[in-house]
Amino acid sequence: MNGAPQMPEPLLSVRGLRVAFGTPRHELVAVDGVDFDVRRGEVLGLAGESGSGKSLTLRAILRLVKPPARISGQVLWRGRDVQRMTEPEVRGVRGGEIAIIFQEPMSALNPVLTVGAQILENLEEHTDLDAAARQARAIELLDLVGIPAAGSRIDDYPHQFSGGMRQRAMIAIALASNPKLLLADEPTTALDVTIQDQILKLILRLRRDLNMSMVLVTHDLGVIAQTCDRLAVMYAGRVVEAGPVADIFAQPRHAYTLGLLNSVPRGGALRQPLSSIAGQPPLLSDRLTGCAFAPRCPFVVPECGAGKPPLTSIAPMHDTACLQHRKVGQR
Amino acid sequence: MSAGPQSAAIMQVDDLHMAFKRPRSTFDRLTGKPMRIVHALNGVSFQVARGETLGIVGESGCGKSTLARCLVRLYEPLAGRIRYDGLDVLKLQGKARREYNRRVQMVFQDPYGSLNPRMTVRQTLAEAISFHRLREGTAVAARVSELLGLVRLPNDAADRYPHEFSGGQRQRIGIARALAVEPDCLIADELVSALDVSVQAQIINLLLELQQKLHLTVLFIAHDLRLIRHISHRVAVMYLGSIVELAETETLFNSPAHPYTEALLKAAPELDPARRSVIDAVRGELPSPLALPVGCPFHPRCPYAMDRCRGERPVLRPRGEKHEAACHLHDGALASAARTGEELAALARQRSSA
Repeated sequence: MNGAPQMPEPLLSVRGLRVAFGTPRHELVAVDGVDFDVRRGEVLGLAGESGSGKSLTLRAILRLVKPPARISGQVLWRGRDVQRMTEPEVRGVRGGEIAIIFQEPMSALNPVLTVGAQILENLEEHTDLDAAARQARAIELLDLVGIPAAGSRIDDYPHQFSGGMRQRAMIAIALASNPKLLLADEPTTALDVTIQDQILKLILRLRRDLNMSMVLVTHDLGVIAQTCDRLAVMYAGRVVEAGPVADIFAQPRHAYTLGLLNSVPRGGALRQPLSSIAGQPPLLSDRLTGCAFAPRCPFVVPECGAGKPPLTSIAPMHDTACLQHRKVGQR
Repeated sequence: MSAGPQSAAIMQVDDLHMAFKRPRSTFDRLTGKPMRIVHALNGVSFQVARGETLGIVGESGCGKSTLARCLVRLYEPLAGRIRYDGLDVLKLQGKARREYNRRVQMVFQDPYGSLNPRMTVRQTLAEAISFHRLREGTAVAARVSELLGLVRLPNDAADRYPHEFSGGQRQRIGIARALAVEPDCLIADELVSALDVSVQAQIINLLLELQQKLHLTVLFIAHDLRLIRHISHRVAVMYLGSIVELAETETLFNSPAHPYTEALLKAAPELDPARRSVIDAVRGELPSPLALPVGCPFHPRCPYAMDRCRGERPVLRPRGEKHEAACHLHDGALASAARTGEELAALARQRSSA
């Protein structure tokens, strides 16, 4: 499960994805030209702080961002552009080949339907099973995600489940359609650390057994280190660094990634000041011409203000949008 | 920056108990269902030395926030004793109680919820200063700018409202508000949990610096093990309303004595991608505080649970130098070397009644 599989053909290919709010004259660009690929069987982590556009990117893939937001760019799913599909076509993909789970299972689950009914709904929409087979499959799915006594819990309502069990139920619903790609938006952020551990390991087990690919959005670098094959770091609506998790953790090549990794306390150097990143992330209304991180960057040079640095390849499968990547790499 | 704490305890908490009645619905009342009680704290005891940072860590529902609120008497504990610098805190009245509340200040997780949205930063800070008559007249304004400087906010922040600030800045205002009354102890309840990691580091650095400068004693309550490890001199681990282990930070992280601590450490995702595990750190979920398990509260999830754990509640016992844990597993090992089971049970009874 270590290392990205060497499949050249990406399953999902996102190119120039852009999500903007506001009026055309006063445009607020929340996702600003995001590119990434997800290969078969791999787990891609999308990391960033609040407001970096990571969740919006995930939702935009499935066209879950509604007007007045404007989405543009390309989302190629097995060669077809999701952005150009008709609404019925999108519905076939969304919740079918591509499933999504959210941070708050209580608000994502329907409180007035039993958990069983919500799994059956998905089975009915996306599989050819008959009623009896669907019922059996629903129990099997609940059992698969580790809900004890699945046969008797299937008629429970979401409020009768604990937080961890709700997240398991949501995963069961997502799996009902045998998805090839699972999008997970901070799936463990609302959970306690021992439950988070159980859910992450469950997701990884399912990924292996069902041969799924995954995109995992999280702000927790520990979660990334423990679960992802590749990582894309987002800042102010753009991917600033992307590459294999092991490479980025060993030697970050963007000043922001370096700052982020250094902000997390590790064992040793107790009660010493942490190396924080000065200042605040930019607001959507700030119109930046250069690198969005430049005002907070300790490596800044005048050229950083001259235009948004493009994501460029510096090593096999390792890209960065930092003009100072050599200097950053030496740290 | 490691100003070691002095050994004298400034705060001593003994056998603190707290429970909440759960509201009954009309239906429950009509059908005669009994009142349900949530046991939030079940006999919590610990000491904090002057100038020390004691980390209190645990998952949601373990009682860590209830403990914080009991310590500043936002809740009145059902039983137990809190001593602070010679004072019997739970008996304080009137002026003495206000003075205690000045000396022990709480900083909350959500500064937006704890700051008055209709008051400017200056009004918020000045109110606290004037209430305790710490400054008068023009000295108040001088103190306000001094406080803003202390938490590294620009001077023009004074005349702005809480909603004009970012999360990290609001947390700085929360800290300034607590420091306005010149406390000697801060209780920080999930101080940085709502903040992004880069901003978290800024606030942690500020707290470390202020503690050094103002000789503060800090109770740092959090669920994040990495933060707790970084900032605490000693750490108490709570589970379902009890402290299950208490030790110096590095002892606790390197050689945990309680199976729950061990599970918690294992469950925390490590920052090293080369070290991954595929086995669950601990099975099961937290039992409901409405129906606590008999015996050790952790036994339904514990991989080492024995018969004794299902019947008898373990108490905190010394495990080594400045290290205590509440677990029968190690009691058993110690007992077989020195004492018979009966002697030990008698001893346990003695301890628990003392």
